Amino acid sequence: MKGLLEKIVTGIITCSGFMTSIVILLIVVFLFSEGFGLFSQKTIEDGYSLVVNRANPVDELDAGQIKAVFDEDITDWKDVGGNAGKIMVFRFDDMLKFFSEEELGAEYEHAGDCINRLVADNPGIIGFVPTEFVGDGFQGKLLIDHKIDFGEVFGGSEWFPTATPAPQFGFLPLVLGTIWVTVFAILFALPFGLAVCIYMSEVAGERTRAVLKPVIELLNGIPSVVYGFFGLIVIVPLLQDVFGLPVGESGLAGAIVLAIMALPTIITVGEDAMLNCPRAQREASLALGASKWQTIYKVVMPYSISGITSGVVLGIGRAFGETMAVLMVTGNAAVIPLSITDPLRTIPATIAAELGEAPAGGPHYQSLFLLGVVLFFITLIINTSVEMISARQNRK
Amino acid sequence: MKAFPENNHKRKMLSQNIAFFIFRLLSAVIVAVLFIILAFIIVKGAKVLNWDFITTAPTDGMKGGGVWPAIVGTFYLMVGSAIIAFPLGIMSGIYMHEYATSGRLVKFIRMMTNNLAGIPSIVFGLFGMSLFVNYFGFGDSILAGSLTLGLLALPLVIRTTEEALKAIPDTFREGSRGLGATKLQTIWRVILPMAMPNITTGLILALGRVSGETAPILFTCAAYFLPRLPESIFDQCMALPYHLYVLATSGTDMDKQVPIAYGTALVLIIIILAVNLLANAMRSYFQKKLKTK
Repeated sequence: MKGLLEKIVTGIITCSGFMTSIVILLIVVFLFSEGFGLFSQKTIEDGYSLVVNRANPVDELDAGQIKAVFDEDITDWKDVGGNAGKIMVFRFDDMLKFFSEEELGAEYEHAGDCINRLVADNPGIIGFVPTEFVGDGFQGKLLIDHKIDFGEVFGGSEWFPTATPAPQFGFLPLVLGTIWVTVFAILFALPFGLAVCIYMSEVAGERTRAVLKPVIELLNGIPSVVYGFFGLIVIVPLLQDVFGLPVGESGLAGAIVLAIMALPTIITVGEDAMLNCPRAQREASLALGASKWQTIYKVVMPYSISGITSGVVLGIGRAFGETMAVLMVTGNAAVIPLSITDPLRTIPATIAAELGEAPAGGPHYQSLFLLGVVLFFITLIINTSVEMISARQNRK
Repeated sequence: MKAFPENNHKRKMLSQNIAFFIFRLLSAVIVAVLFIILAFIIVKGAKVLNWDFITTAPTDGMKGGGVWPAIVGTFYLMVGSAIIAFPLGIMSGIYMHEYATSGRLVKFIRMMTNNLAGIPSIVFGLFGMSLFVNYFGFGDSILAGSLTLGLLALPLVIRTTEEALKAIPDTFREGSRGLGATKLQTIWRVILPMAMPNITTGLILALGRVSGETAPILFTCAAYFLPRLPESIFDQCMALPYHLYVLATSGTDMDKQVPIAYGTALVLIIIILAVNLLANAMRSYFQKKLKTK
């Protein structure tokens, strides 16, 4: 009886040992299955088609061209590879501008004929209409609707996930925005992080350490939304005044907040590494007449460099994945950032801001999951490299 | 010949003094930053913080009233995620330290745990939404939020447990086994009671982390405005961090909302401070106790 119970409990414990692996597996499965659905979606909104006159030589347009045409940034067919001639944009919502309600019928039963006539009459027309109205007997031509491809998502520089008729899912501005703000955050955090971890492990006395340690822990414990709130109320207006910016919400504000948030990680890991430096090495250096500072940067730092590096890399990971604080202070403009004082938008902030409004299962929803996949992989790479760096440290 | 070493010594000390001065300065800046943030929120928040603020529900579309439902919601989420993360995490830690025999397996599990710890909280939010909210059909609920937060806290609990078990010398295990106890009896009667203080400290810190997380509950649990208390685990709830986010970024009347936001931030900070202080106090208490033994 007792033996059986013991076996059962042991079994349960063994199972729970693999819990984290199972969770990671589940995360991969769910994120992938949702995210990669994007590549089986069509460029044009589901249930709709783009129609042109039969004589029009243009067979297909990419998402960017479609948006430009419907925003009337492109007004001539020759700009998209057709014959010269003005583009006439027609949306299904505009039906009543062209036809009376009698012509359309009470239930829109004549809408198909109306569209047919309209497209046949206007050689320069491009229409955005429900596919059900342009079935059999349609006189115009349907533009080829291709699937959203890999290149246009990962190489696309436009993020307009809710544009109609063709949303654009270019990840580039978001990826660059994240990298941009992370790089600056680490640049700000690095001198402070290094200084504090050297100070704590080598210079400070026991009592100063007893003050600093809880301070760092507390800095780590403050929720990111509180940092975001502080950034929004204090740092953003401050930057606006100091740099004379039109809006204070900028990459710079994000970088400052992220720097503060990444500091505890850098300090804790770095300090641990420096404390691990063997006493004998320090004493040997001091005995040879080196000053304390010389010992630090010629002996202790080289010894613990991989530990310090993994601290910094972990800090980068923390900054990269940070959501709420960044969402609150960076201004969230999905454009490729040119200067650090521009508003920008990061991958996590995009997910947090847009997932609530994206209809489940649609391309927008899937693209946000795909962003999650990207984020997951970047952090995976960061973690693995930390693992490799600290393995090198252990080998010493 | 004689002047050279002295000169060298002077230069050496000068560069050391400069370097150490910079270190002191930058460290002081960090301490100052923390105190500025805390002081700012405490001073501004103290103006609105009173008994009514804590015990009443928000009113007038968040332009008035208190934060009671958000405090309760955060409390429920802390309890819910603890129920999920604590047993699983402790068992997982026990498996890694006491049971897993091959070093490679432990390395693999540890790598997975570290990776899980490094995954951004928003990815947990996405995952929780697709698995718990949509796939299992829990909807936006305390259950889904607790599960998501529980998974987020899992690596923290595992690490804590492992560290705590590591600190117990093998002689205790050998002694217990030598007296004829089974492995499970040894763990249950000898190892766990000894490791419990350290594990508990880590658990409290994990709870602190959970209480401040926003991103994972955005799409799994948090209600924008719900001035009543949740009735079941399938109900949505408000939570302090999300409430703070909403107050600070959206809404109709910023002038009235911002003071409430300060108050909310202060309540949140007080919870975090209390958790940290409690954990620190426990740590030093048990350390002292161990020393006197």
